[in-house]
Amino acid sequence: MLQTPSQTVGPYFAYGLTPEQYLYDFKSLVGNQLVNPLDEPEAITISGQVYDGNGNLIPDAMIEVWDAYNRRFGRFGTGTDAQNRFVFHTVKPGSVDGQAPHLSVIVFMRGQLIHAYTRLYFSDEAAANAQDTVLNQVPAERRSTLIARQTGGGYVFDIHMQGEYETVFFDI
Amino acid sequence: MSQLVYNAFDRDVHPPYLSPDYKSTVLRAPSKPLVVIKHSLSELTGPVFGDIHLGALDHDLTKNARKNGEPLGERIVVHGYVYDENGRTIPNTLVEIWQANAAGRYVHKVDQHDAPLDPNFLGTGRVMTDANGYYKFYTIKPGAYPWGNHYNAWRPNHIHFSLFGPNITTRLVTQMYFPGDPLLQYDPIFLGVPPKGRDLLISGFDLGITEPDFALGYRFDFVLRGQKATPFETV
Ligand SMILES: [Fe+2]
Repeated sequence: MLQTPSQTVGPYFAYGLTPEQYLYDFKSLVGNQLVNPLDEPEAITISGQVYDGNGNLIPDAMIEVWDAYNRRFGRFGTGTDAQNRFVFHTVKPGSVDGQAPHLSVIVFMRGQLIHAYTRLYFSDEAAANAQDTVLNQVPAERRSTLIARQTGGGYVFDIHMQGEYETVFFDI
Repeated sequence: MSQLVYNAFDRDVHPPYLSPDYKSTVLRAPSKPLVVIKHSLSELTGPVFGDIHLGALDHDLTKNARKNGEPLGERIVVHGYVYDENGRTIPNTLVEIWQANAAGRYVHKVDQHDAPLDPNFLGTGRVMTDANGYYKFYTIKPGAYPWGNHYNAWRPNHIHFSLFGPNITTRLVTQMYFPGDPLLQYDPIFLGVPPKGRDLLISGFDLGITEPDFALGYRFDFVLRGQKATPFETV
């Protein structure tokens, strides 16, 4: 059988896929708390913004993250934060298949007919990152696009669809 | 010796990132080639919703947002199977649904189309495939709506879907169209799909599931990426 073709998530996914985040009267199955930051002492916050090819913020992207180590999933749209950020509360995952700790990231937006996959690694895992087979497959000058920067309040991971800092996207 | 690996996206049926007639792809399509990676457990796992308890009316968009009466429009029932490429049905997989109302209006703050909202219709729902990979839900046939891509641009009637399948490689977000829609030939989102894939997005009218005196029926099957056997690599 032939695969069903992808189509864009469009601008109006909010009440279908992230209803509680956007204050619609429908229960969300998935949110941005992979862990509850109030009862998880190891909780970290990951946030970021999504940029288009002109360097403008994209306010209608939907970001999904998958933690294969803890088998946890999150989803957040960039349309509710004043800075159009996505924000996730989670813990730093352990290693799966000998890889450096990372989250799988799926990026959806209006203007994208098929979603894009990337990965989020952590800047304070330099030794593990240096050994990671996927990171090592990426040209050295582009690796930093996959590494969330540790800051005072957590980690920052911006996604650039195009341009000098274009995020590395994977064919998986 | 061989092992099963998940197939890649079939680029003969999936749209490309850059599809300039759909104008917003121009600044949002990755410009550099994708990096092909081997599947690890990171890719071969994914969220499992099989044990999540859906709301009793999640599968009935004609009932799940009523305030003071029935939603307006043409009641329809949509059903089908979720398969993998090998023709195996996928049981207990989540199907999320969203759409415009009968007038072509979304309940969304940024939808400025001058068409009425329906107080009794939200336009979102979800359903889990059963043990046979079968799903069915009730809704109102969505209306066409204008959009800003080019002069006099109208989206054909469509329902949006989100599916997961067994892992993150099988993730699919798509749209289902209706047979005979004259707007399809002008829609750059639909036409972004290569010709070989286009018919796969058009539902079929189904008299068999049509409910007498109640709702017209449509059939739409989903096919997610499947697996193939490949020889073990010898290192
Ligand atoms: Fe739509």
